[in-house]
Amino acid sequence: MTAEANLEAVRDDARTWIESNFPKSLKGYEVGLEGGGDGSSDFETWRQKLAEKGWGAPTWPKEYGGAGLSHPEAKVVAKALAKAGAFNPIPMLAGMGVTMVGPTILEYGTDDQKERHLPGIASGAVRWCLGLSEPNAGSDLASLQTKAEDKGNRYVVNGQKVWTSGADISQWCGALVRTDPEAGKRDGISFVLLPMDQPGVETRPIKLISGASPFCETYFNDAYAEKNDLLGDVNDGWSVVKRLLQHERQSQTSARRPDAVTEESLGEKAKRYVGVSKDGTLSDADLRQRLVKHLMDEQAHYLTISRIQAEAKGNVEVSAAASILKNSNTRVAQTKAELTMEIMGSQGLGWEGDLFTEEERNSVRELLWGKAMSIYGGSYEVQNNIISKNILGLPETTQKG
Amino acid sequence: MAALTEEQSILRDQAKSWVSDKGPVETFRKLRDAGQSFDPNLWASMVEMGWTGILVPEQYGGSDLGYLTFGLVLEEMGRQLTPSPLFASAYVGASALVLGGSEEQKTALLPKVVDGSEILALAVDEAPRHRPESAITRAKKNGAGFTLSGTKSFVQEGMTATTFIVSARTGGAETDPDGQTLLLVPAAEVQRTPMPMMDGRNYAQITLDGTTVGPEAIIGNQDQGYTLVETVLDRARAGVGAEMLGTSAQAFDMTLDYLKTREQFGKVIGSFQALGHRAAELFGGLELARSCAEAALQAIDEGADNTAELCSLSKAKVGDFLHEMSNQLIQIHGGIGMTDEFDAGFYLKRARVLEALYGNQAYHRDRYAKLRGF
Repeated sequence: MTAEANLEAVRDDARTWIESNFPKSLKGYEVGLEGGGDGSSDFETWRQKLAEKGWGAPTWPKEYGGAGLSHPEAKVVAKALAKAGAFNPIPMLAGMGVTMVGPTILEYGTDDQKERHLPGIASGAVRWCLGLSEPNAGSDLASLQTKAEDKGNRYVVNGQKVWTSGADISQWCGALVRTDPEAGKRDGISFVLLPMDQPGVETRPIKLISGASPFCETYFNDAYAEKNDLLGDVNDGWSVVKRLLQHERQSQTSARRPDAVTEESLGEKAKRYVGVSKDGTLSDADLRQRLVKHLMDEQAHYLTISRIQAEAKGNVEVSAAASILKNSNTRVAQTKAELTMEIMGSQGLGWEGDLFTEEERNSVRELLWGKAMSIYGGSYEVQNNIISKNILGLPETTQKG
Repeated sequence: MAALTEEQSILRDQAKSWVSDKGPVETFRKLRDAGQSFDPNLWASMVEMGWTGILVPEQYGGSDLGYLTFGLVLEEMGRQLTPSPLFASAYVGASALVLGGSEEQKTALLPKVVDGSEILALAVDEAPRHRPESAITRAKKNGAGFTLSGTKSFVQEGMTATTFIVSARTGGAETDPDGQTLLLVPAAEVQRTPMPMMDGRNYAQITLDGTTVGPEAIIGNQDQGYTLVETVLDRARAGVGAEMLGTSAQAFDMTLDYLKTREQFGKVIGSFQALGHRAAELFGGLELARSCAEAALQAIDEGADNTAELCSLSKAKVGDFLHEMSNQLIQIHGGIGMTDEFDAGFYLKRARVLEALYGNQAYHRDRYAKLRGF
């Protein structure tokens, strides 16, 4: 079968399957960031059906709860779901599981770890968080202090993590810990998997400038991690986390692409709020200039994603280009939020109350929350370090660990 | 790089090795030092490579390989600033004929474009700023033909051209896009004056003062030529985008190389974070520019609905990047970059001309905004 005929067959199969399995009551349902259901039995049934089909993490092997699809095939499935007004809540339900922890376990995990952890992630039954950053280890992640001591059959973990997204509602955590305090900065670090439901783990949510957030502070006080939950080799956690962070960047290269059919374009919004001159151009000439520059940057960004996908023949590996795309995506999204607020004028500044539409109130929060994009997942500056060193081959510019 | 066919990859590799062998930047330097802008031997060699036929259908002696393919050649020429009428004649001129030419015109001219004996040049601009919709040059009815009067400037390869493709007003008001007609005018019938510009290439101002042409000179439809002009211009813009991509990519490579070899304060200057980050920003800009340049050429080949939008995107975004890259080329090279002995200046000079050609960034941002409805 040719590649195209194969994709066509996958598309037909997906269409038929969705038609007979997706509950009509859920059509158009908007899944929140946490992937939480509406409490209906239909939602739970749909999650189970997706999990059985392996579509929660479609590119994973079947034996670990995936569907064994290629990337182009998975894309076809995602498109078919969107087209039918259906959705896949599992990546959200699994927290950091589907996008980051799972792919890293697939590469570094033992067969036992894969069997124990992957099916729970792929079905959306187990939510994962990541304990990486610490109060004194942000961009300089390798300076982390949380330690894990070898106590025979277990590691005992003590320390504090911060920015652990979803820690308060997760069942498992992948944590970077120091296992050899005497070794060089990057050489004494290990990656452990530990359950969150234990007396030694405490979480506190963090309120941000944009309001409530999924982020937490996480405290480990004599928490334990089982010996067989060490991911990769002891003291080799730095190479595990480097790979994991590549997966993270990969997942942060593209903001949700605006839906051309249903969503009002920024140009239309500007015309509605700002008005037009006699010749049909936007009456604020300065805004028009900046708006067109932004739209060009946005289009260039999406064209670059398509180009890189085409060059990789649809099989996009976590690659060097991810750092460029993460920074480009950040610039485009932050500029978009600034322009949206500016276009709405004083209405775009509304914090709460009925004098502002939901769209207007959201614009404030998007602008504020968007400032995190150039900080998390390796800051804008850290990405530039990666580009200059790993892609361009320039000498290391930062302190060596 | 776009996902290329095997044929395209081979052609690109051929262009790469031809350019480093026959048309490196030293070739341009020698011509410039000799006060010339055209090298007949270089041109003959390009013709031999078959590049003059890339856009020409097979029945007129070409290979009809399309715009993305031609773009690959232009990118390589742009890298080494190789001077030739290839773009003006076999890309822009051939586009006009293929799109709007009559069977007679194509039969008479295209084979000669392919064998290099005919050099076409598009004459559109009249004022310092690109405003193709407002042709002032008149073509007055004279029996079955026309009498032309007016001046065209910034005509690429105007001094070597054998035939001009001139936009002239056959009706309508001065700023009215309607009422324009594209006409073939033999070079012998016009007065041309060299316009030596900063990039040392070949431009002319041409004066039409009572020049007469017959009805067979009309390309496309009389009075409705602007649609054709715009389509041809868009193709030209995408071609300039490809050339600018090559010029800026080379400027980037030269700069990166310098960052790795130049030492100050006891270490290579690329180890300073300020410069490492600047290089990272420039590399990101280059990747984005490449996507725009290639998307425009692909859109032309596919006849996509948003071709005009993508051509303006390419001209503006690649132009912006080349502008910045050519400035950084000089800045990062420091004093040596200011000397005529070093090549950096050639890239800066060429950059400014390419940016202006067929509409600068501001022109295309405005056009893009209009195409997007605001």
